[in-house]
Amino acid sequence: MARPAVQEPRLFGFRLRLNPVNERRFWNFRNNKRGYWSLHIFAVLFVLSLFAEFIANERPLVVRFEGQTYFPVLVDYPETEFGGFFPTSTDYHDPFVKELIEERGWILWPPIPYSYNTVIRDLGVPAPSPPTAQNWLGTDDQARDVVARIIYGFRISVLFGLTLTVLSSIVGIMAGAVQGYFGGWVDLGFQRFMEIWSGLPTLYLLIILASVVTPNFWWLLGLMLLFSWMALVDVVRAEFLRARNLDFVRAARALGVGNVTIMFRHILPNAMVASLTFMPFILNGSITTLTSLDFLGFGLPPGSPSLGELLAQGRNNLHAPWLGISGFLVLAVMLSLLIFIFEAVRDAFDPRKTFAALALDAAPKEQTRAPGTEGPAAARRPARPDQPDSAPEPAKERA
Amino acid sequence: MSLVEVENLSVNFGSGERDIEAVRGVSFAIDKGETLALVGESGSGKSVTALSILQLLPYPKAWHPSGSVKLDGQELMGQPDRVLRRVRGNKASMIFQEPMTSLNPLHTVERQIGEILQLHRGMTGGAIRERVLELLALVHIDDAESRLKSYPHQLSGGQRQRVMIAMALANEPDLLIADEPTTALDVTVQAQILSLIKELQVRLKMAVLLITHDLTIVRRVADRVAVMTDGLIVEQGPTEAIFTDAQHAYTRHLLAAEPKGAPPEADETATSVVSAADVKVHFPIQRGLLKRTVGHVKAVDGISFEIREGQTVGVVGESGSGKTTLGMALLRLLSSTGGIRFRGQDIQGWSWNKMRPLRREMQIVFQDPYGSLSPRMSVSQIIEEGLILHKIGRDAGERRELVAAALKEVGLDPSMQDRYPHEFSGGQRQRIAIARAMALKPRFVVLDEPTSALDMSVQAQIVDLLRDLQARYGLAYLFISHDLRVVRALSHEVIVMRQGKVVEQGTAERIFTAPEAAYTRSLMAAAFEITAIEPDALAS
Repeated sequence: MARPAVQEPRLFGFRLRLNPVNERRFWNFRNNKRGYWSLHIFAVLFVLSLFAEFIANERPLVVRFEGQTYFPVLVDYPETEFGGFFPTSTDYHDPFVKELIEERGWILWPPIPYSYNTVIRDLGVPAPSPPTAQNWLGTDDQARDVVARIIYGFRISVLFGLTLTVLSSIVGIMAGAVQGYFGGWVDLGFQRFMEIWSGLPTLYLLIILASVVTPNFWWLLGLMLLFSWMALVDVVRAEFLRARNLDFVRAARALGVGNVTIMFRHILPNAMVASLTFMPFILNGSITTLTSLDFLGFGLPPGSPSLGELLAQGRNNLHAPWLGISGFLVLAVMLSLLIFIFEAVRDAFDPRKTFAALALDAAPKEQTRAPGTEGPAAARRPARPDQPDSAPEPAKERA
Repeated sequence: MSLVEVENLSVNFGSGERDIEAVRGVSFAIDKGETLALVGESGSGKSVTALSILQLLPYPKAWHPSGSVKLDGQELMGQPDRVLRRVRGNKASMIFQEPMTSLNPLHTVERQIGEILQLHRGMTGGAIRERVLELLALVHIDDAESRLKSYPHQLSGGQRQRVMIAMALANEPDLLIADEPTTALDVTVQAQILSLIKELQVRLKMAVLLITHDLTIVRRVADRVAVMTDGLIVEQGPTEAIFTDAQHAYTRHLLAAEPKGAPPEADETATSVVSAADVKVHFPIQRGLLKRTVGHVKAVDGISFEIREGQTVGVVGESGSGKTTLGMALLRLLSSTGGIRFRGQDIQGWSWNKMRPLRREMQIVFQDPYGSLSPRMSVSQIIEEGLILHKIGRDAGERRELVAAALKEVGLDPSMQDRYPHEFSGGQRQRIAIARAMALKPRFVVLDEPTSALDMSVQAQIVDLLRDLQARYGLAYLFISHDLRVVRALSHEVIVMRQGKVVEQGTAERIFTAPEAAYTRSLMAAAFEITAIEPDALAS
């Protein structure tokens, strides 16, 4: 509990308004230094990659031409605008166009003047070309800049992973909740269905799909979702089976509370820790699956920026080690950061840490004398169901 | 020289600012063949004291700023694990409160006890078996031979505690530490276990350190008493002296804390709120592939009674007698057969939706104040839930006032309503649970052992509170408890249950002054005098 006495919970400089439990969770999260810094690093990388178009683009950010300001990154301008011959979109890398503009104005390029699909024609050496000052990590075998592809690939991987995780968690938690809460025939039937369903070979389905439609982001997401929701069901189901007979659930039932409310207001918050423990693995699993599909060539359509495709190129071009090495490093760093962050999140939601620490916090407020604690004996009350949130008794009765 | 000498023992948890002083400079000694009772309420540091004798605390989170513990002249404080392991279970052993969790569920009785013999004595095979049989005979387990292969779940609570004691005695220790050895047991079993410990102590000339919160037990078995509160021993002396002439204010407070008083006079003409006619709850036992019903577990078997406005029916019985099942059946939370009438309406067989408006008028308070409040909801959310559900109070502001009023009614500060359950003590949590029920202004409340998990003095406060609420609102209570003292303080009518059936039923006065059934008499003896009478009648 190495936190200063008076300090507000702040994240990225924003003051957070939290109730005591969430505030304690926040401090638990803060106390996991590795996770906390991973979150910062990841947030910076992710936000940067969200604005990839402004960092790596074949179009300039700003063009000043004949006293007028153009924003090619946002708007499509025909070449004729700058005195060219064709009414098609301007190719700003064309030396002729460059010359035209620079004669009567200037061009502001993004830090990396290539997009993920820009084929660099003036390399001078055969592609894949090694790292240079121009192409920081070299180019791939189709003469495209590796850094640009990594930035876009990172974005698509993370977005795919997060979307798939959120969607499959929602479906998984709902399915698990229904099974665990109602039990009996619902549970039995659903479990058998899942056994059969999980036996379906995902990869074959993807290959079949690829022959019918051109798989894009959403097709892949949908198909993966059909199978990935099952990861959470068992844990959530077990938590609901356990919690549905706890006293506070029975008390709610005696109040006349309906099933749906009991499930979501009373039991689900208690099942969140178990779910959160699994989420980093689902997230990383999703990202890895997308990468491996791309690696095998069954993933995103050809030409898409993808880390899996970069790895495949690295394998095909062993004489160009910068491809494989950069692909590997990006994946390793991304997956590790995500695991570290979620480890800290899990710590934050761990009721043992949260409530034990809160009890310590609360105790001195209630009485000035040091409160006694029964230590391990607190867990041995008569007829007490095995509950996760057993906090040591904070203070003696003072009524 | 005494066998055990504890001097100026202190225990702290944590370090730095958040340090908690659990025990502050405690000294006591126990002679050979003597029983010292360490008495105190939960949180007083009595268990921590006992655990630190054998250095069993979670070090290094716990640490000792000062103190020395000598067993038979040997200093134990700060000894390496290797030395301590030779003492634990050998020269000094422990019995814990919960026999179900203290035994390994996957080990047979023979393996359970044999392990200690093997560890400390290096015994093997046949020798172990012989000694285990001897020990089982010592703790009066019948048919010991066939019990060797039993697993803990096949034994009753009392038998499990006997096995625990056999384990503790396996190496003929000089010191036996019993940490609330009978709290989790029924009263009749409690009496048997205590007389067993007493008998063994005399026979083996052990010193016993008994940790308990129950003064009745202390009076019966202890030679000397040490009273603990807030990590200090405030008073120490021979049992008789403490009970007749307590010096310290806290000891006197503890002695006076028993739930007492009697319910107000019953009004025979009051209108009936709930009546039950021949209520039965049978759980089918199904066997085989086709789930054929081969029989029934008769949890509640034909019980009839009536509860009038402002009156209490107490249901008494040991665990497994069907008390709680009866309460759940009356609230229609469990399906049953037989007639259940609530304020003149026959509610038997009503659907969940049809029952819903009535839920407001019939409420329940559970035993365990730790389990019955959702740990992730604030106090106001917990109490407000019923109000929202039954559309009481127009808006959030009005509901907040109703919640505050309910908290005030149960003697809690209304400003506490934004706190979370873990910030409250057991007694306060039970008050919150009562407030949750009372906020709906019910007419009938099932109280399912509301005081069992609480300290004695807190029990008395809760009983007073319940009686007060009943007088004010004319509530009808069904009071379920195994604790006869609490039942006597609240009930107008008493039902004694055993294995789902009524053993005896009548006015509280008659049952407590002139019990007719033998079973009732043995319950009374066990509860009020802690003597085990007619144990054969209870063996089943």
